[in-house]
Amino acid sequence: MSEKAQILSGAGSLGRLNGLLRKEFAQIARDPSSIAIAFLLPAMLLLIFGYGVSLDAKNVPLALVVEKPGAAAASFTASFMHSPYFRPRRFLTIEKAERAMAAREVEGIVWLRADFTRRLAAGGAPIGVIVNGVDANDARLIEGYLQQISAGWITARAEDRGMPAPMPIRVQPRVWFNPSLRSRNTLVPGLIAIIMTLSGALLTAMVIAREWERGTMEALMVTRVSIHEILLAKLIPYFTLGMGGMAASVAMAVWLFGVPLHGSLLLLAAASALFLLAALGMGLLISSFARNQFVAGQIAIIATFLPAFILSGFLFNIDSMPAPIQAITYLIAARYFVAILQTVFLAGDLWSVILPNMAALALMALLFLGAARLLARKRLD
Amino acid sequence: MRRVLALVVKELLAVLKDAKSRVVLIGPPLIQLIVFGYAATFDLNHVPFAVYDEDRSAASRDLLARFAGSPAFSERARLQSARRIARLIDAREVALVLVIDPRFSRDLFSRRPAPVELILDGRQSNTALLILGYANEIVTAFSEEWMRAHGGKEPAALLDMRARYNPPLDSRWFIVPGIVALLTQVVTLLVVALTVAREREMGTFDQLLVTPLSPFDILLGKGLPGLLIGLVEATLIILAAVWWFGVPLRGGLMPLYFGLLVFVLAVVGIGLMLSSLALTQQQALLGAFLFMVPSIILSGFATPIANMPQAVQDLTLINPMRYFLVVVRGVFLEGAGFSALLPQYWPMAAIAFFTLLAAAWLFRRRVY
Repeated sequence: MSEKAQILSGAGSLGRLNGLLRKEFAQIARDPSSIAIAFLLPAMLLLIFGYGVSLDAKNVPLALVVEKPGAAAASFTASFMHSPYFRPRRFLTIEKAERAMAAREVEGIVWLRADFTRRLAAGGAPIGVIVNGVDANDARLIEGYLQQISAGWITARAEDRGMPAPMPIRVQPRVWFNPSLRSRNTLVPGLIAIIMTLSGALLTAMVIAREWERGTMEALMVTRVSIHEILLAKLIPYFTLGMGGMAASVAMAVWLFGVPLHGSLLLLAAASALFLLAALGMGLLISSFARNQFVAGQIAIIATFLPAFILSGFLFNIDSMPAPIQAITYLIAARYFVAILQTVFLAGDLWSVILPNMAALALMALLFLGAARLLARKRLD
Repeated sequence: MRRVLALVVKELLAVLKDAKSRVVLIGPPLIQLIVFGYAATFDLNHVPFAVYDEDRSAASRDLLARFAGSPAFSERARLQSARRIARLIDAREVALVLVIDPRFSRDLFSRRPAPVELILDGRQSNTALLILGYANEIVTAFSEEWMRAHGGKEPAALLDMRARYNPPLDSRWFIVPGIVALLTQVVTLLVVALTVAREREMGTFDQLLVTPLSPFDILLGKGLPGLLIGLVEATLIILAAVWWFGVPLRGGLMPLYFGLLVFVLAVVGIGLMLSSLALTQQQALLGAFLFMVPSIILSGFATPIANMPQAVQDLTLINPMRYFLVVVRGVFLEGAGFSALLPQYWPMAAIAFFTLLAAAWLFRRRVY
């Protein structure tokens, strides 16, 4: 037995792992791009998206066409002036307003025809509304706001004249967990899940592929290091980095974006750890499957970011998707993490949500890590 | 010219020869188009809801039947007590609970506004807002019919709402053309971003630099394969959008393809620039990511640019996808032509020009 081999065997498994870990940490410290992925990427993305992604339509440019001015028309248009949702602009004819809409200068048109005042007395006076339907979601929101404003005006007018309420039903919405329906409160926790999916998979997707490509994997194989130790040595440093990035994201969500955190930090940390294990496991799996950085990188982008963005339920309602697509969403780890984050942030430690989702995350972590372990056997093709 | 052609052929081979990278280029984008085309919708279908009817009158049953009959909602539970409401909402089993007040029918007949309470889950604010809109529509329709049937007076004014360009307000018509832009950018950027970095890492880029090829030739050789692959990919997706998803294509193919060409050029330019800045493939991939993710989220693909704060809106001006989204949606839904899309074409052309120029300059300067 050579001297070197003696030292290696004498150090035992823990010593070998230690050595590998030192190598991984040294590699991370040397190429700052890993640290950038772990800290800079989440912070930067959360900053831009937290401010940039919003579904709250405000100051929507709106054309008001009043063909024949009068007291009723004036009081109707006045109710738009103070609305935070609209920035009204007056047009003299419907043709001019339509042209402005075609040029995307206004998103919608409210049109009071010449006979508006006359027909009010008989009831059923038509208020023409034309919205630009290209962005259907936005159009629906605008229609909703317009309905609110006109219903408010009609009710106030009936009250002024001592007439019975024109609408027989009064809808009272009660929104739990987020009474002001601030979209940032929903989107920021969701974004954290998306961003962590991304950095988690990116961190590990390329590391094993890089060793294969550079031939250092084969060098590692001839040592006494077991495949367990190689995988553990890859996991531990990136897990540490990922948790750091997660902590930074949560701090930003609370202090910068003012998202309330009702649940416990401990639970949040536990869920994040499980999720990171799943994400890193997926990265390792991709990495040991692809064996070259080009393919590994492509799969990481295609299989992690886009599905997490569209299928996790952070932006699009999962219940509304067709059944086969809903079945696919069960395979997306971000789906469970989004549910946990939104609940822990906005509602608190509700076990009926947290337990099943944590169990699913644990299962996925096990599945991915197990598959990565199977695929990463010591073999040469 | 022959030299450039040889380089183009070599680059195409480098991408298409490897079975794994060939599959990665063709399979996932098409699968994603289908999956995302169905998944990415802001329309509500089968949203689970529960009912707590304290009135149990003919009128309340009539109103509830309208909710149960709407394709947007699907009834999961009838509650006997208010206690289960919290359990159902907390566990996200339902997104809406309709509570009908015991005074509902009495108030209805005595012409006082009859209370109906909607309990919504605010953890998903956009869904809650949409549910509220759909529910209001159902209640309004019920109210109008009830007033007519019971000799009430019509309200003084009625909204007559129409949507231009997308009368059914189908959000798929909005999202699927967006996917053309999304996947074209992803595929093109991936093909281009690693090309220079790979050669740098392997050391073959230095060899390329000492050949008689000028930086402009290298630019053409590296850029053309990406351009070709991007155009083919986009064509496939456009065909699927029209034939599979049935999105109306109202405008001409010329303004669409002109926009596509300029857009793909801009993406190729950005990819080559990132690639020549990077020393390793990992850095190039990271760079591609750092560009791609914000450029998708801040493009107006899913959330409107108009809702962003001014500073972020200014940032989107350097994002080519922002302009191309207007082009695809404009041509598909509005039937827009060249002159209407000119304000979208020239910024993309400017981005393409500057990034390609920068890439060619970086080829020679960045030698390590």
